[in-house]
Amino acid sequence: MPESPESEFLQTPSQTVGPFFGYALPFAGGESVAAPWHPAAIRLHGTVFDGAGQPIPDAIVEIWHPDADGRVISELGSLARDGHTVTGFGRTPVDRRGNYDFSTIKPGATRADAAPYVLVTIFARGLTHHLFTRAYFGDEVDRNASDAFLDGVDPSRRPTLIATFDAPHSYRFDIRLQGDDETVFLDFDAESHD
Amino acid sequence: MTIPAEQLTQEMVSAEIEQIHAEHGEWARAGGRPLPVHPPRDFLPYRSTALRHPTHELVRADPEEIELASPAFGHTDVAAEESDLTIQHTGEPLGERIIVTGRVLDGDGRPVRNQLVEIWQANASGRYVHKRDQHPAPLDPNFTGVGRIITGDDGGYSLTTIKPGAYPWKNHRNAWRPAHIHFSFFGSAFTQRLITQMYFPGDPLFGLDPIYQSIVDPAARERLVARYDHDVSRPEWAIGYRWDVVLTGPKSTWMEPEDADHA
Repeated sequence: MPESPESEFLQTPSQTVGPFFGYALPFAGGESVAAPWHPAAIRLHGTVFDGAGQPIPDAIVEIWHPDADGRVISELGSLARDGHTVTGFGRTPVDRRGNYDFSTIKPGATRADAAPYVLVTIFARGLTHHLFTRAYFGDEVDRNASDAFLDGVDPSRRPTLIATFDAPHSYRFDIRLQGDDETVFLDFDAESHD
Repeated sequence: MTIPAEQLTQEMVSAEIEQIHAEHGEWARAGGRPLPVHPPRDFLPYRSTALRHPTHELVRADPEEIELASPAFGHTDVAAEESDLTIQHTGEPLGERIIVTGRVLDGDGRPVRNQLVEIWQANASGRYVHKRDQHPAPLDPNFTGVGRIITGDDGGYSLTTIKPGAYPWKNHRNAWRPAHIHFSFFGSAFTQRLITQMYFPGDPLFGLDPIYQSIVDPAARERLVARYDHDVSRPEWAIGYRWDVVLTGPKSTWMEPEDADHA
């Protein structure tokens, strides 16, 4: 939707999450979108790096994804987890070594011709506006190959969008904010600037 | 080339801010473009951005169904008393009691209903509970500084808290943050996700602060400043501020079920 300068309802600007969110944004079970004992549980984990290749110790990562059949989940309980309901939303701060570690389920694709992925959002001190990326799954070779979005990404950078299958039921998705293997970050709003 | 933070003066940082604002102004005028609403991620005066901003352009993506929806939050996720940061301990916190209220709207002015608003802040002395905050100002045993609320049918929220103090940080020598409350919002679409900071009117530190000034559009900066609203103030109790928030961007076509909130 184009936003004209005359519009009464103008976007509120972003500000950095800052360094002191640690006692506020994390919540109990935030990293456990599906309990590790869930029969379909997967691990989605990785490290957030800065432009010097150093792990960032003060980022916070959110994930959001549909259910195993690709349907958007509208269950309550993301903040007050009951230990069973998969709401599709997770949030976890990285540890001192920049690592984040989610337990969740592998989502389905929301469209028949698309590959499944997890939407990943990164906030950090020094990041004035959050970054969006998508973690596609390394073992979905055929679906990834026929996905229109992935197909449009520079092939040299495409691997940064793929979570690698690093152990049974486990995927590794490192996030590089800057540098040689900088993660592909997404702009969903480009339309509104046309 | 890199100047250590303790040798970096406010004058140097202010000059950098002025130059970047001027460059953006020229870019907007020359191209007949509006200034960007959100701060550039590469903003030298805020030193921590140096190694944390992507150098590639963001890749344009059409939002898919999941990105046009948001997680469902409800009153089962947030207790009513979480909206009052002054009642979380046995005693009253020190400082100026305030009410901050407003509405969360989309770009068409429609309310963002039943969505999660989270806040965190320093206490009246400018000290965060966070263990990495080393500012030698007192902690308040009666104030944590964390609140949550679910927006109402009109997109409204109302929080009772204490006016936070300004506090020093180590971006440069004698750097002070204007008093602010951190806010986190979910829109009706995940693409509208927003974390930002709300400020108080008339703060003398605005012009000096690289974080506030990272927003290059002066009109957009002003949208982060709450306004004093005497109708919100309550006699013999609290000073009132009003702050409305707008989350634009791609919108949801997916309708929330009527009974999504089982409160």
